[in-house]
Amino acid sequence: MVNYIWVGMMVIGFVVAAINGNMDKVNEAIFTSAKEAVTLSFAMISILVFWLGIMKIAEKGGLLEVLAYLFRPIVKWLFPDIPKDHPAQGYILSNMAANLLGLGNAATPMGIKAMEQLKILNGGKNEASRSMITLLAINTSSITLIPTTIIAIRMSYNSQSPTDIVAPTLLATAVATVGAILIDRYYYYRSLQKGGK
Amino acid sequence: MNFVQSFSIWFIPLLIGFILIYGTYKKVPTYETFVEGGKEGFSIAINIIPFLVGMLVAISVFRASGALDYVMLAMRPIFSLFHIPAEVVPLGLMRTISGTGALGMTSDLIATHGPDSFIGRLASTIQGSTDTTFYVLTVYFGAVGIKKMKYALKVGLLADLIGFLASIAAISLLFYS
Repeated sequence: MVNYIWVGMMVIGFVVAAINGNMDKVNEAIFTSAKEAVTLSFAMISILVFWLGIMKIAEKGGLLEVLAYLFRPIVKWLFPDIPKDHPAQGYILSNMAANLLGLGNAATPMGIKAMEQLKILNGGKNEASRSMITLLAINTSSITLIPTTIIAIRMSYNSQSPTDIVAPTLLATAVATVGAILIDRYYYYRSLQKGGK
Repeated sequence: MNFVQSFSIWFIPLLIGFILIYGTYKKVPTYETFVEGGKEGFSIAINIIPFLVGMLVAISVFRASGALDYVMLAMRPIFSLFHIPAEVVPLGLMRTISGTGALGMTSDLIATHGPDSFIGRLASTIQGSTDTTFYVLTVYFGAVGIKKMKYALKVGLLADLIGFLASIAAISLLFYS
């Protein structure tokens, strides 16, 4: 899908430019924006290096485990299908904790491990189980404490206060997560009523 | 307004301070660990370059040609009915499909409208508030061979919509009320 959108934006752009007669602007846009993308990536190095450095300390100190411990009651409520002390629970907890700290690289493998366990719990079928969809819902609306990349972009465009979007982002992401959980429950109970588990 | 800004300003130093003291308490070699983790940050920033170049060029061709203006012209009357700024609608759609594509759109919006404008702040919040549904779906279900995804896509997309609307509400309430 991304492939079509990407090609579409460019080709439509060229056609519209031909009709409007502003091909010179398009030419300029190609080269300035390519340069801008590289400048932007370099501007992000500073904050990404710093943040991932700090987060590595949190990871090595075992903060993920502490967070996982705190989340345990929530996970029990969210995933009633998972038996007590099943390995899937541990992976889900680590996945949530890593997402919260913005450690996308650590969250994805944990999420996949959790999915593997959930598939075993579901008898190895190639059908999504209730818990799988819940895990997915939590991940697509993932709560992240600090949106580092965006702060870096805002900094590189000389924002007066690059971090002032932290509070609204937290608010929006919390609403999205609660919404995701509620929608997930709604569709689960509806699928029960329809008869298929 | 004041509280929002002080919360946002205090939050990061407090979190960093907490992590540093916690790490020291847990006898983590803090500085060496910091350097080790920092290297990952460097490679992430470098790896993102080709994605950003590809997306930003496509977006700016689309905008410079005037095509984006036509799209906005067509969308504005519909979305202004719901108090949704048409400028961020393409970003909202892209957010569900491609993370780097959305990142490109966010930086384009911030560059065009300014980071501290309504649109700039809104784009920042939308980018941070949800994750890429199609990507998460493909990676997680693909990795373990799930073919029948049942109602998973509906849940993910509706959650994205909620995140999008919540971002508009949060920015309007916290900064412009």
